[in-house]
Amino acid sequence: MTGFGGFLARRAIGTLLTLFALSVIVYVVFYATPGDVAQITCGPRCSPAQVHQVAAQLRLDDPLYVRYGHFLQGLLAGQDYSTGTSVEHCPAPCLGLSYQSDQQVTRLILAKLPVSLSLVFGAMVLWLVLGVGTGVLSAWRRGRLSERVLTALTLAGTATPVFVIGLILLIVVCGELRLLPFPQYVNLTDDPEQWAWNLLLPWVSLALIEAAAFARLTRSSMLETLAEDHIRTFRAYGVGERSVIGRHALRGAFAPVIALNANNFGSAVGGAVLTETLFGLPGVGQELVHAVNVVDLPVVVGMVLVIGFFVVLANAVADVLYAVADRRVVLS
Amino acid sequence: MSEALVASRTAGTDVFVPAASGGLQFWRRLRTQRAALGAAVVVALLVLVALAAPLLTAIEGQDPTSYHPALIDSARGGVPTGPLGGIGPDHWLGIEPQTGRDLFARLAYGARVSLGVALAATVVQIAFGVVLGIAAGLGNRWVDELLSRITDIFVAMPLMIMSLALLAIVPPAFPRPVLVTLVIGLISWGNIAKVVRARTLTLKELDHVAAARLSGWGAWRIARRELVPGLAAPVLTYAALLVPQNVTVEAALSFLGVGVKPPTPSWGQMLTAADVWYQAAPQYLLLPAGALFVTVLALTVLGDGVRTALDPRAASRLRVGTGRRRETKADTGSRGDSV
Repeated sequence: MTGFGGFLARRAIGTLLTLFALSVIVYVVFYATPGDVAQITCGPRCSPAQVHQVAAQLRLDDPLYVRYGHFLQGLLAGQDYSTGTSVEHCPAPCLGLSYQSDQQVTRLILAKLPVSLSLVFGAMVLWLVLGVGTGVLSAWRRGRLSERVLTALTLAGTATPVFVIGLILLIVVCGELRLLPFPQYVNLTDDPEQWAWNLLLPWVSLALIEAAAFARLTRSSMLETLAEDHIRTFRAYGVGERSVIGRHALRGAFAPVIALNANNFGSAVGGAVLTETLFGLPGVGQELVHAVNVVDLPVVVGMVLVIGFFVVLANAVADVLYAVADRRVVLS
Repeated sequence: MSEALVASRTAGTDVFVPAASGGLQFWRRLRTQRAALGAAVVVALLVLVALAAPLLTAIEGQDPTSYHPALIDSARGGVPTGPLGGIGPDHWLGIEPQTGRDLFARLAYGARVSLGVALAATVVQIAFGVVLGIAAGLGNRWVDELLSRITDIFVAMPLMIMSLALLAIVPPAFPRPVLVTLVIGLISWGNIAKVVRARTLTLKELDHVAAARLSGWGAWRIARRELVPGLAAPVLTYAALLVPQNVTVEAALSFLGVGVKPPTPSWGQMLTAADVWYQAAPQYLLLPAGALFVTVLALTVLGDGVRTALDPRAASRLRVGTGRRRETKADTGSRGDSV
């Protein structure tokens, strides 16, 4: 197992390095911008005295690498902030303070995270089922009318932005037909049934777009597998068509689907931002849009780092799963 | 099948002539795909509308930014006074609720923003991707390792999130469409760089490139004279898929209110305000939504067609059975794909 163990170790080190580089790039891009960083961070309504205090807390007199080191220290070990009268402790993954909303960024994000996770993971189940199902069906029904209809629908799905689908669903389902009330987020722990009903439309909107990409990929990798020699051998031995499609061809699509699911995680998060804004779900995405609009720099940086962290992690997990599904990867 | 000979239809008879140039062959293969051809026509029309927006709105007698308070029924919350949301000879597609701005003018000028930003961003992506990809492919081990790591980070970066964040810190005085173009272009060049690097590594081993290297040519000259022709096909394939993606991202950013800002019209931005008005003026919602849908769909289909035309073997592998016949027909340039 040295081969696989070594592969895991290499991936883990690579992931850590990528995370480190990501934090450096994000920090430099946002905190080394021309312009008065202290003023921007503090917000437009700050008095000169407050701006001065913020500048001291951000250590703007120090060179950039010292400031970054300080930031990293807060991230890994926590930090104390003096708020003039008292000292506030910001525990381990400390992303700094939002001076505009007077809160610790980490707490702000943690409070919003359950909403976003509910949205993304619920939608993920839906898009995997829908996408892979459609892909299998259209590979199976090759050349028939049902395949064409599915292909056309899939194409339409890839071409429709998530906010257009969401907007139309919202108007048709909630506005005109009144099948569902306008979504309002309910905590999973408070009322699981209401939680699911209220997230149904957001899930569908987000999933339809992503499912289209999976349907295309599943279809093409299944067709590719179906053209291979071993499938011809199976058929020659008299293995039933259902088993050829369902067991053997689907296995060929397995690894690419895992890879796409991870690579699309970033775009799904982007889609989640749009979905949250559209449906008024109080998640990380909506908070990010708000922070961008009022230029709340610490929140923006914190959000980008947290989301980037999840995306890099998703990619690493996918690499490992891919290797488990297809051992040839380990050798290369 | 021989790649050196392709049949071309001249004056109704099939005559074998020597292989056409790459561009001509590409065009022939694209032409045989009816869906891609239809998409190309739609894209051409959209580009035409975008380019001719000032002319078209001048014919209509409107402009995208003038308010028409007289046409708005403020007693009913700002809905257009005329029937069908104010459609008439003066306003071809009606007017915007609340402001009374002309919808056709805003839609046509929105096409300029949408297509202009998407195409320009693609150019930026290609420029960065090609330069960094070639540098990684031709450079020594350390250069390659460093550039590949940087590329990996940019590939992993979520485009929407980074664009959103970057748009926050740039001063509002900076021209917004240019800014959106740069942000999209500078974040998502990673995949092109990967494609170019991989291709460069292959090309580097070929005799004509090796000969150029041994002759002591500089990296720049090798890249320009020997590599770029071989890179055109993969880069074009990938770029054709990036354009619709860029259209969507621009619309999404403008929809969120951080992309192109008023008074400059943009389809995404038109949708932001439209959902409240869907009963009084449905076209206010449906027009930008439809425009986006048609544009992205046409660009996607065209992108697929470009890929098939540039790499017919990869595409026909997926069409087991009828594939071989279609490929033959595509290569002979006849227009018989009517299965």
